[in-house]
Amino acid sequence: MVSLEINGERHEFDVPPEMPLLWAIRDLVGLTGTKFGCGVAECGCCTVHLDGEAVRSCATSVAQAAGKTVTTIDVAGSEGAHAAIVRRLQDAWVAEQVPQCGYCQSGQIMEAAALLAKSPHPSDEQIASTMAGNICRCGAYQRIHAAIVRASGRGARA
Amino acid sequence: MSEQTLRRETFLKIAGGAGLALGFGIPRTADAAVPETSVPAAVNAYVKIAPDNTVTIVVSKSEMGQGVATGLPMIVAEELEYPYERVRIEFAPAAPEYIDPVMHQQATNGSTTTPHMFEPMRRMGATARTMLAAAAAQRWGVDPATLVTKDGYISDPATGRRASYGTFASAAAALPVPANVTLKSFDAFTQIGQRKARKDIPLKVDGRAKYGMDVKVPGMVYASVQKPPVFGGKVVSYDASKALRVKGVKRVVQIASGVAVIADNTWSAMQGRYALHVVYDDGPNAGLSTEKIYADAAALARKPGAVAVDKGNVATALPAGAKRLDALYRGPYLAHAAMEPLNATAYVHDGVCEVWAPTQAQTASQATAAKVAGLPVDRVHVTTTYLGGGFGRKGEVDAVADAVEASKLVGAPVKVVYTREDDMQHDFYRSTNTAALSAALDPSGKIVAWSHRVVNASIFRRVFPNAIQNGVDRISVAGAAKLLYDIPNMRVEYVEHDVGIPVGFWRAPGANWNAFAVESFVDELAHAAGQDPYAFRRANIKDPRGLAALDAVAEKAGWGKPLPRGVHRGIAIAQWDDAIAAEVVEASFAGGVPQVHRIVIAADCGLVINPDVVEAQLQSAAIYGLSAALTGKITIERGRVVQNNFYDYTVLRQPAAPRFEIELMPSKEKPLGVGELSTPAVGPAFANAYFAATGKRLRELPFTDGVKSA
Repeated sequence: MVSLEINGERHEFDVPPEMPLLWAIRDLVGLTGTKFGCGVAECGCCTVHLDGEAVRSCATSVAQAAGKTVTTIDVAGSEGAHAAIVRRLQDAWVAEQVPQCGYCQSGQIMEAAALLAKSPHPSDEQIASTMAGNICRCGAYQRIHAAIVRASGRGARA
Repeated sequence: MSEQTLRRETFLKIAGGAGLALGFGIPRTADAAVPETSVPAAVNAYVKIAPDNTVTIVVSKSEMGQGVATGLPMIVAEELEYPYERVRIEFAPAAPEYIDPVMHQQATNGSTTTPHMFEPMRRMGATARTMLAAAAAQRWGVDPATLVTKDGYISDPATGRRASYGTFASAAAALPVPANVTLKSFDAFTQIGQRKARKDIPLKVDGRAKYGMDVKVPGMVYASVQKPPVFGGKVVSYDASKALRVKGVKRVVQIASGVAVIADNTWSAMQGRYALHVVYDDGPNAGLSTEKIYADAAALARKPGAVAVDKGNVATALPAGAKRLDALYRGPYLAHAAMEPLNATAYVHDGVCEVWAPTQAQTASQATAAKVAGLPVDRVHVTTTYLGGGFGRKGEVDAVADAVEASKLVGAPVKVVYTREDDMQHDFYRSTNTAALSAALDPSGKIVAWSHRVVNASIFRRVFPNAIQNGVDRISVAGAAKLLYDIPNMRVEYVEHDVGIPVGFWRAPGANWNAFAVESFVDELAHAAGQDPYAFRRANIKDPRGLAALDAVAEKAGWGKPLPRGVHRGIAIAQWDDAIAAEVVEASFAGGVPQVHRIVIAADCGLVINPDVVEAQLQSAAIYGLSAALTGKITIERGRVVQNNFYDYTVLRQPAAPRFEIELMPSKEKPLGVGELSTPAVGPAFANAYFAATGKRLRELPFTDGVKSA
C-alpha cells in the first residue's frame, strides 16, 4: 500500500511503487486538473508541488511522493500562503485572458506558483528560464509571462 | 419527416432567413398546459431561456482554444439584445440542426466558424428576440412593433410595463418561427467588436474544464493500443502473456488498428502494452525514407504537373524578361503535437453507442462510430468535450474508431489514450513539400512571369477524392494559386506525390508551406531587382487590402529605421481564404543560433468579433508556424517515424517566445477566419530576416536543416 497526502487529504493505494504520481492523481483520486502531456517530463502539463517544489508528476513515482505533501491545481479553495499564490496567479491568468485550449495551463500555473513562492518579484529572465519546461502549443507565452508579472505585483497588462 | 429532419429544416429556414415557419424541437415546457418550471425553454436550437432569464447558447463548434465558445455567443447575444456576460454556454451534440450550413457537416476546421456562422447566429439571436417580443405582445395585447427589447428585458413604452425574456420564453418557443427578421446594421453593434472575456477561461485556470482525456464514465476501463510502426503494416500475431501479468491489466484484444491492452487505469494499460510481443507484416512501405521521398519529389518537380492556374503566357514571358530566377524549395513532414494527446471514450450498449471525444468532427465521429458499432447513425450520441489543441489533427476519427471497437469487444465503456509517442508516430502529417519556382522581372523590377510547381501529397485523395478537379487538390496549392501580386503571366502546377505516409490538415493546410516558398522567392526577386523587400512587394501588389496591410505592418514595425546591433528584419505577406496577414519578424543569429525578438502583424480579417481573441489567435498561429520553421521536422526511416516525443520533436518554448505587436485593420466587411491566418507568413518573414542578417537564403525548412545548404 502507498499512502499519499494530496491537497491535505490522505489517500491509500494498492499500486506498484513505481506508478507515476500523475496517474494516481488522475485515475485513482479523480483529480483531472493535472494533465498528461508527454509522460517523460518534457512538457510540464503534469506539474504539481511536492513539499512546495514544482515537479513533473509523470516522472515522479508514488513511492517518491510518499511522506510528502502533494499540491495540485485543484487547491483553489484551500487555506495557506501557497494556495493564496495559486489563487493570485489564477486571477492574473483570467485578467490577462491567458488560456486558449487551456490544456497546459494547470502546469504553467503550478510552475509559476513555485517560482513566486521562492522569488516573489522575479525578473523577466527568471520568468522565461523557469517557464522553459512548460510547453504551450497554443503559443500563449506572451500572456503567460504577462500574467506572472501581474501576479508578482510588478504591473498590469501592457 | 423525422423530428431531426424537421429541426434541420427549421435551422436552415432561420439561418437562411427564407420560407415558412415550422415548429421544431419544442420542449414540453413550451406547452401552455404545462406550468413553467425551472427548465429552460428552447426558443430555437441555439437559444434556451430559463424562467429566471438565464440564457444558454448552444455552441455547435468545437472549442480548441480558438474562442468559438466566446465568439458565437457574442454574435447571438448581440442580436438577441442580451448581455453576453450573463450568457451560459453548452456544447451541441452531434445532430442535424448543428450541421454547418456551408460545409454540410458538423465540424470545426479551416478557420470557418466565424465566416460560416456569423449570419446564421445573428438570425438565431434575432429570431429568438422577435419571437419573445411576439409572445409579450400577445400577452399584453399590443402590437409587437411598439415593444422594446434590450438587455434581456421587453418593455412597453406606452404603459411602462417591463418583463424579462424568461417570462415569455415558453410562450415564445410555441410560436411560429418568423420567416424574416431584421438584423442590426454593423454600426449598431454594441457587443460585437468589444474585448469581452472568454467564457471558458475561468474553467481553464483551476482544472475544472473537462477535456476528452478527463472523461470518466461509470465502469470505464482504459486502453492503450499498439499499432504497427510502419505505415500500412499489419499485425500478424501477438503474445499477450507478459502483458496480462501486469497489475491492473484486464484483457488484451485485437482491433482493426492494432492490439489493445485494457486495464483499470491508464498507466497499467500503457505498461501492459509495452509488455506485448507483436509480430508485424511491415507491408509495402518498409523501404520508405524522407531521403527517398525528397529525391523522388525533386525528380517530379522537373516534370509538368496538373494545371491549377494558367494566366497569360508564361512559356514566352519567362525567357523574355530582363532578369530570370529559378529556385527549388523543400520542407519536411510535420506532426501536430497538440498538448492533449489523442483520445476518445466510447460505450456500446443496449443498441446505442455513446462517444465522448475532443473532436473537431462530430458528423464524422458519429458516422465512424455507427459503422464500427454496426448501429444506425441516430443511435450514436456524440458528446464533444473541450479540446486540448486541435490544429486539424482532431478532425480525424482514428481514436473514436478504436474506442468504439474496443468497447464493443469488452462490453464496457473504454477510454483509448494515445501516448505522446503514439500521437507523434501515428499522426496525419503535414506533407513533405518540394516547390520549383521560376520568375522573370522587367527592367523596372516588376514581376512579369511566375511559374510555381507544387509537389506534395494530397489530403483530399483520402478524405474527399471527388473534390480533386483536373488533377488539382486545391488544398495542396492553397497559398500558391491565389497571390496578392499582380503578375500578367502566371502558371501554377500541381504534382500529386502520395507515398503511403498519411497526410492531413495541419494549421493553414497548403498555405503553411506554399507561402514559405512564394514569399522567400519574392524576397529573392526583390534582391535581384536591387530593391528593398517592402518596396518591391509594394510595387508588385495591386490589391488595396493587401497594400494597406503591408503598409500598416511596415509602419508599425518601423521598417527602414535602425535596429539594435545584430538584429535584422524580414517581411512577408500571405492570405488565408480572403483574410490577409502581413508580418515583420525581427531576429538575431548570434553564433548561428536564431532568436526572434519581435513579430509585428497587420491583419485584415474583416469585421472583428472580439479583438482580444483575434490577437490571441494571431499570436498563436504565428508561434505555431515559427516553431515549425525553427525546428519542426518529422523524419521517415524504414517506413516509420523517427521522432518520439518533445525531446526529439522540439517546439518553441517560453525563452524563445517573441514579443508581439498586432494591428487589426479596420473593416466593415464580413468577418473572416483568423485561427490559421498568421501561420503562413511567419516562416518566410523569419527566413527573410536570416537573409538580411547573413546574405544566405534558406530554401529548406526547418532552419536547422536549411542553414546547411544556405
